[in-house]
Amino acid sequence: MYQYNQDDQTLINERVAQFRNQTERFLKGELDADQFRALRLMNGLYIQIHAPMLRVAIPYGLLSSTQLRKLAHIARKYDKGYCHFTTRQNVQYNWPKLEEVPDILAELAEVQMHAIQTSGNCMRNTTSDHLAGICKDEIEDPRPYCEIIRQWTTLHPEFAYLPRKFKIAVSGALHDRAATQFHDIGLHLVKNEQGETGFKVFVGGGLGRTPVIGQVIRPYLEKRHLLSYLEAILRIYNLFGRRDNKYKARIKILVKEEGLEKFKSLVDEEWLQIKDGMELSEERIQAIQTHFVLPPYDKSAAADATFHSRLESDNAFATWVKHNTVEHKAPGYRAAFVSLKAPDEPPGDITDSQLELVADLADRFSFGEVRSTHRQNLVFADVKQADLFDLWQQLNKTKMATPNIGTATDIICCPGLDFCSLANAGSIGITREINETLDNLDYLHDLGDIKINISGCMNGCAHQSVGHIGILGVDKKGEEWYQITLGGSSENEAAIGDRLGPSVPKDQIAKAVATILDVYVKNRIEDESFLDMVKRAGLTPFKDQVYANH
Amino acid sequence: MQIIKDRNIIEDNWQFIADDQLLLPGDCTVTLGRWLTEKEQLLRHDGKVGVRIESTDDLETISCDLALIPLVEINFVIFSDGRAFSKAWLLKNRYHFSGEIRAVGNFLADQIFYLSRSGFNAFNFEGKQNLTLALSMLNDFSVSYQKTG
Repeated sequence: MYQYNQDDQTLINERVAQFRNQTERFLKGELDADQFRALRLMNGLYIQIHAPMLRVAIPYGLLSSTQLRKLAHIARKYDKGYCHFTTRQNVQYNWPKLEEVPDILAELAEVQMHAIQTSGNCMRNTTSDHLAGICKDEIEDPRPYCEIIRQWTTLHPEFAYLPRKFKIAVSGALHDRAATQFHDIGLHLVKNEQGETGFKVFVGGGLGRTPVIGQVIRPYLEKRHLLSYLEAILRIYNLFGRRDNKYKARIKILVKEEGLEKFKSLVDEEWLQIKDGMELSEERIQAIQTHFVLPPYDKSAAADATFHSRLESDNAFATWVKHNTVEHKAPGYRAAFVSLKAPDEPPGDITDSQLELVADLADRFSFGEVRSTHRQNLVFADVKQADLFDLWQQLNKTKMATPNIGTATDIICCPGLDFCSLANAGSIGITREINETLDNLDYLHDLGDIKINISGCMNGCAHQSVGHIGILGVDKKGEEWYQITLGGSSENEAAIGDRLGPSVPKDQIAKAVATILDVYVKNRIEDESFLDMVKRAGLTPFKDQVYANH
Repeated sequence: MQIIKDRNIIEDNWQFIADDQLLLPGDCTVTLGRWLTEKEQLLRHDGKVGVRIESTDDLETISCDLALIPLVEINFVIFSDGRAFSKAWLLKNRYHFSGEIRAVGNFLADQIFYLSRSGFNAFNFEGKQNLTLALSMLNDFSVSYQKTG
C-alpha cells in the first residue's frame, strides 16, 4: 500500500497543528460556532446528539495492521472501546471529546492517517473496489489512480468551499463494486479500441434525498488527462453549482438543470484550456504504481490438500468459505471477509480487541493488510487456502465469522436515531429485528444475494434507494414509520428502487421484510435472484402480501 | 487602515465607493456595474480606480479592461462562498491579470492559505482581526500537492 514520503508526513503534521490552533481559538471564543463548524467539518468532526463524532479517512479502504492497532488504541483511550465502519470505507468514533480531537489526529498522523475532508462541502475520501488488485475481472488496479486523486484533492485550495460535498469513486474491474454510478464523479478503467487503458467518466450520480444515476460525460479519457479533467469539472461545479438551496446544491442538480450536453460543453471548454498544463506523466503514474505491487504469493499455495479435506469434514467451515470468501487471481489464494454483521451487534461496529485481533490475523495470514468495504465489512485480500481454517476459527471465536456476506442480514445501516441528530427514526433496532426473523441460516442462504439497506432519514446515509430492499425511516407525527423500496442496485445495472406503497409502522417493518422474502421464495423461477424476480414480476405480488391486512 | 499585502502588514488607503456615492479624491474601487457604465469618467479620476467583483459577476465582462485596472477586489458576502476562489484563479491564470487581487468582506483568517494559493495577494478583513496571526497563517503549510499558477 501507499507509504508516505517526507512531504506527505509534513503535510498531515502541519494539518494537526493547524486544527489544534483552531480548536484552542474556538474554546477561547475567538472563532464563532459557524466559523469553527466549517473548519472542524473539513477535519471530520461533527457535533451529534450525545457527543462529537469524528470520521477518520481510510483512503480507498486500505489499512495496515499498524493502523488497525492505532484505531484500537484510539477507541480504547478516547472513545468507548469501539468504532464504526461507514459506507464510504471510513471509520467513525462516536464519543470523542472535542478538546481531545487534536490529540487523536496527532496519534493518527503517527501512522499516516488523518481525518482531512471526511466531511464538509469539499472533495471527500475517494473510494474504490475492495477487491482491487486481486479480482479476476480486473482491467487495471484502480488504487494508484485513487492515490493520485487523494493527493490532488487533499487541501486543494480552490475547491475547499464547494456548493456541497463531492465524492469520487474509481473502479478497475468489469463488475462495479464501488457504486461508481452513484457518485458525483465515477471513474471506470476501460480499454479503448487500441487496447490502451483509460477512464470512462460518469458525472452527476448521487444518493441522498434525490437519487440520480450518473451519466457518461466522457466515454474514454486518456490517463494523462485525469487530473485536468477532474479540475475542469470541479471548476465548473464550483462556479455554477447552486448555492441558494443546500438540497439542490449537489452537482447532480447542476447537470440535470443544465442538461448533460450543455454541462459537458462547459467542462470541455474549461478542460481544453488547462489540459496541456497539467498532464500526468507516465513516470509519475509508475512511481505511484510501485506502491501497489502484488505481494510475494506462494506459488505452491494451490498444492495444499488440507483445505479441501476441511471443507468436506467441517460443515460450518464450508458454509463460511462459501459465503464469506471469494476467489482470487492467484492460484491457491482467496479473499476472506470479516463480517461486521453479527446478529446482535450494530452493523459496521467493531471493538478495540476485535481490531487488534484483525491486525494480528492480517500479519499472520494476509501480508499485514486489511480493506474496508462499502457494505461495512472488512476483507483480508490475500489468504492462502491452507490458512483459511485457522483464520475462520479465530474469527469465529470473536463473532466476526457470521456466514452472511451478501445475504439478507449483511445489512447496511446508518447510526439512526440512536446517534444521529438528523435521523427521523431508528435503524439499528430494525436491523436487529430483521436478524431475529432471519435466524435460520439455511433459509438465509437459500434466499441468496439480497442487499437490505436501512437509513433513518431521507439523507440516505445507508443508501436505501439502491438496496434490493430499501428501508427509509420517516417521522409521522412524532412516531417512527418506514417506507419500503424494492429493486434498487448500485452495481453495473444501476437502479433506484421503486416505492412499494404507504409506509409501515415500526412494529410492522420486520414482518413486512419477512413477507417480502417469502413472496420471493414462493414466486422465484428456479434459481432466479431476488433482484431478477422483482424486475420480472414487478411490485404487485409484494404489495398484495405486505398490505394484505390493510 | 491596515491590510495584508504581499506577505506584509501595510497601511492602505483604498476606499470602496458605493454606486450611489460620488468618487472621493484618492484611490477608489467601484462595482463592476459602475465600471462598465462609467469607465470613461472613471479613467479621468484623480487617483487610481479598481473594481470590486461579487461572486456572481462574470469576469468575461472586464477581461478586455484588466490592463487598465490596478486592483480587483473580490467580495465575500459569506466566507463559505467558494466561487471567490475560482474567480481569483481565473483572474490570475486565465486572464493573466498582474495587478493586485484583494479579498474583502466576510472571509476568515483560516482561509488565507487557500486564498493565497488560489491567486489572492492582498487581504482586507471586514471585522476586527489580529493581522499578525492572520499573516502567520499564510505559512500553515510548507508543502502542497497541487501545482499552482
